[in-house]
Amino acid sequence: MNLYAIRAIYGFEMARTFRTLLQSVVSPVISTSLYFVVFGSAIGSRIAEVDGVSYGAFIVPGLIMLSLLTQSISNASFGIYFPKFTGTIYEVLSAPVSYWEIVVGYVGAAATKSMMLGLIILATASLFVPLRIEHPVWMFGFLVLTAATFSLFGFIIGIWADGFEKLQLVPLLIVTPLTFLGGSFYSIDMLPPLWRTLTFFNPVVYLVSGFRWSFYGSSDVGIEVSLAMTLVFLAVCLALVAWIFRTGYRLKS
Amino acid sequence: MPPIIQVSGLSKTYATGFRALKTIDLEIMRGEIFALLGPNGAGKTTLISIICGLVNPTAGHVAVDGHDIVADYRAARSLIGLVPQELTTDAFETVFATASFSRGLFGKPADPAHVEKVLRALSLWEKRNSKIITLSGGMKRRVLIAKALAHEPSILFLDEPTAGVDVELRRDMWALVRELRATGVTVILTTHYIEEAEEMADRVGVISHGELILVEQKAELMRKLGRKQLILQLQAPLPAIPESLSAYELTLAADGNELVYTYDTQAERTGITMLLRALSEAGIRFRDLRTRESSLEEIFVSLVRESA
Repeated sequence: MNLYAIRAIYGFEMARTFRTLLQSVVSPVISTSLYFVVFGSAIGSRIAEVDGVSYGAFIVPGLIMLSLLTQSISNASFGIYFPKFTGTIYEVLSAPVSYWEIVVGYVGAAATKSMMLGLIILATASLFVPLRIEHPVWMFGFLVLTAATFSLFGFIIGIWADGFEKLQLVPLLIVTPLTFLGGSFYSIDMLPPLWRTLTFFNPVVYLVSGFRWSFYGSSDVGIEVSLAMTLVFLAVCLALVAWIFRTGYRLKS
Repeated sequence: MPPIIQVSGLSKTYATGFRALKTIDLEIMRGEIFALLGPNGAGKTTLISIICGLVNPTAGHVAVDGHDIVADYRAARSLIGLVPQELTTDAFETVFATASFSRGLFGKPADPAHVEKVLRALSLWEKRNSKIITLSGGMKRRVLIAKALAHEPSILFLDEPTAGVDVELRRDMWALVRELRATGVTVILTTHYIEEAEEMADRVGVISHGELILVEQKAELMRKLGRKQLILQLQAPLPAIPESLSAYELTLAADGNELVYTYDTQAERTGITMLLRALSEAGIRFRDLRTRESSLEEIFVSLVRESA
């Protein structure tokens, strides 16, 4: 195994993160704070408690998931798309590294970054609302699993994209709607029956639900189901990455 | 000693149907400077890209120091450093960081002393903390070379190293390549500047339309295909070549002021003595004479024309 290469790629990507610290960290913190001001304080004060949790606190896990998903996808997709765009990918492709080492380097760095953001948002949230975390180990587990899975998904998008528009397309048209409709801001029990049924086809529901359970001990769907669905999505992404590298799809002619 | 790179039966057809390489067989000897010469689109970059792992071959095999480039890619690739044709560099990394990155990527533990040595050799040490984006094109080219040398490769590929490079950098680059060869590094360069191959290479391979049409020691190539010209500066211009001299391969140049005789250096008789006698009999007098050998460029042009 070429550990030096994994470290080099990971270090390169993390250096990029720290170089753009302001844009990578400050902007999600500000936007999260805005969500709290609007949903938590302005609107939330008129909404009753959900499952015994104040609305402001109820949306915290959903907000963290929202950032985790969008940041994982955008970090990882940009991380691999940019070398493809500039041509510097030649060096990685000509290096004595296996495909999995490349993936661990890029996806690991993207996941690390989005987890850092998730924890920063958690810390920011604790300034606004009283938080309690009933199952911290599970909370961290979901954080890692979600960050890794969606960074992997972002990596796939970055390889698939052959222009900057496509890079934005999937996050904008698919991921953001799914996240907003995935119970970040409400319990799916609040939905009319038809919509509730449709919601179960939305993978984000399982992530948010599982993550919220780790905070407050109550969830829309069972924790086992949440975990299983996340693992299924992870497996699908892994299979896709394996296919990409086996065929050289959009990397090698 | 076995060749350091052995290419056998290699061909490449792109998804578009374009046949970039027909069937290539080539051996690169350890420690030599090999120039792959050919016009644009001849298949030089495709050949290099396959050896370095950037392009999948359609058929055939390549072994680098005995390691198959597909089955044993780790061993094969860690021996190779590649300097690509395009100036593809990162933008915001520093020179030192990017060279250190390359070293790690190729599986070598960090060694700031070696990176320093490489940067100094390329006159980049002063710029080590500069972001790459702030460097000139020539400097970026040096950065790419530094990256390729950071992991101490024993084979260096230079794809069009001096395209768009100023004279000074070109001289520096040639000097560097010679130094590398002195330390035992095998250098393979592609170029369409004949001057470069002529100046640097031990052996020359000419590639055209995806086929290696010739591989030869440079000196041997020049000798074999070299034709010489005897140029006579006439005292009085000639309107046409006289009948009596029609047996010789003569042309008029410089408005009839020069008579050019082309002859084969390898022929048993060059015919020069006979020609001079015939000239004197025809009453043609000359002020001065000189000879010139055909350059690799002329050899190359005629080869490519023949194969087309």
